[in-house]
Amino acid sequence: MTTDRDRGRAWTFGDDIDTDQITPSRFIVSSDPDELAEHAFEDLRPAFAAEVSAGDYVVAGHNFGSGSSREHAPLSLVGAGVAGIVAQSFARIFFRNALNLGLPVVICPAADRIDDGDDVSIDLDEGSVRNHTTDETYDAESLPEFLQSLVDEGGLKPYTKTKLGTE
Amino acid sequence: MTGKTIAEKILSEKADTDVRAGEYVEAEIDVAMAHDITGPLAFETFDDVTPDDAELFAPERTVFTIDHHAPADGVEAANNHNAVREFAAEHGAHQFDVGDGICHAVLVEEGFVRPGDLVIGADSHSTTYGGVGAFGTGVGSTDLGTALATGDLWFRVPETKRFEVHGDLPTGVYAKDLILKFIGDVGFDGCTYQAAEYGGGAIESLPIHERLVLTNMAIEMGGKTGFVEPDERTAAYLERQADIEYDPDGTTSPDEDAAYESVHTYRATDLAPQVSKPANPENAVDVGAVEGTTVDQLFVGTCTNGRYEDIKLVADVLEGEELAPNVRMVVVPASGSVYRRMLETGVFETLVDAGAIVQNAGCGPCAGYHQGVLGDGDVCLATANRNFPGREGSMDSDVYLASPATVGVSALYGEITDPRRGDPQRYDDVILAEEASS
Repeated sequence: MTTDRDRGRAWTFGDDIDTDQITPSRFIVSSDPDELAEHAFEDLRPAFAAEVSAGDYVVAGHNFGSGSSREHAPLSLVGAGVAGIVAQSFARIFFRNALNLGLPVVICPAADRIDDGDDVSIDLDEGSVRNHTTDETYDAESLPEFLQSLVDEGGLKPYTKTKLGTE
Repeated sequence: MTGKTIAEKILSEKADTDVRAGEYVEAEIDVAMAHDITGPLAFETFDDVTPDDAELFAPERTVFTIDHHAPADGVEAANNHNAVREFAAEHGAHQFDVGDGICHAVLVEEGFVRPGDLVIGADSHSTTYGGVGAFGTGVGSTDLGTALATGDLWFRVPETKRFEVHGDLPTGVYAKDLILKFIGDVGFDGCTYQAAEYGGGAIESLPIHERLVLTNMAIEMGGKTGFVEPDERTAAYLERQADIEYDPDGTTSPDEDAAYESVHTYRATDLAPQVSKPANPENAVDVGAVEGTTVDQLFVGTCTNGRYEDIKLVADVLEGEELAPNVRMVVVPASGSVYRRMLETGVFETLVDAGAIVQNAGCGPCAGYHQGVLGDGDVCLATANRNFPGREGSMDSDVYLASPATVGVSALYGEITDPRRGDPQRYDDVILAEEASS
């Protein structure tokens, strides 16, 4: 089990970032993570796709991922190599989709204290987010045990394979 | 211990254990749905987690639709359509094709959804099914793909917010106005991880096509699902529409002492027609606050308000009239049966005579893909459910949300107009059913 995840750059966003802003709907005829990653946040923040590095974090305000159930949104961030999303709150289906894909989503009330470009890491076991730039640690909500094990297994697909005996 | 909400009752039944809000369960699915955008990714998941000869958990209760890019607007969309057709044929699932209509309209009209069912759809507006008393919820493709194989899925049992409206709704105020008001009051994320229950005399008196509007837009306040308690009206609708026998015996009614997260009570007579300003459904205001806003396009359709009664109401307003010279109007029936009925009853002709463009059944321009996309600076007044930035096209366009009555009357003036200036009708299921049979 990964406990202290690697440090990465924070890409900060505001409240109510909907799925179309994460992955504009004109690109969702594809379901290839790498192709989708090329268009992540394209209208909202065109530099993201070109400059994001594997292991970086998306940091946002309230209601991140609102709107559509389209998994293309979290999948584009998986494709971009995002290590986790830290937000003050998440929309329900996005939260669920991210966990199902094995992408850590961390509810952190103090996410607004993180500035764009800060050096951050998350500790899922302890339920905390570390801001190495400011040398601060913020409390985060721990996942229920069932969901934590889902993420640890790599998402819903590996979990289901175990359940069906089709590994 | 207190009684149960509708959500707690249905999930207890489907998980075969007594559960309450906050608990996690694995529950049995009754119906699963995906469409041309979310289907292909779900099929990949299904193929990934199952052996080569795997079967669907219940082909007779698995439904795929082709509605979002219908007809195909490009080669990739066409290939997605073919993927849906091939997977459905291979596994014996129900498949609706181009022109049959939007998943949420079709599933209800064709009788796939029954009160008390647990329905998952790979589309966020799957909350719609609560309009006939089912637990409908939107999921992603990974959820859907695994559930196609296992027939069950994990759920957190939601807390419930109850919205009660008492008294008779005034002229010009419809279910759409109620839901915009609710979303405005609790906020865009006011019901996140929760269920919405709608009740009270004004809700009970709503015909089914209006109840479906309330539940469709539960997601616009973050809701996991939404319910109108199924009753005799639901039973009559199901029998008429799909020859389904249903006895409203109270098994999907909330207990009188159910524990709610909160209860929001309204007097119907206090309510005015609502409009949600760009770029969030929670920006709901009384229509008077935005009256006079010039519009370029009017859009009547979507899984929210593309039903026959909605479109007929607009046609009534436009009968013998012409659209204001500064506007264009796009009308997209929610299903093929609505389209055919528009032809049979003259609604189609009325709309075309007034200058509207009537398209094939499907999602139309709702999500900005095609068939009426907005350009820079365009302003649209829509019966849709979302008005996010760029939702129907350009990031520099604006979408206002309103009821079909408000959209219809506004089309005559070329600006957002109080629907009460046009004396709009209100349709009941039964009246329209009689019209159809005569």
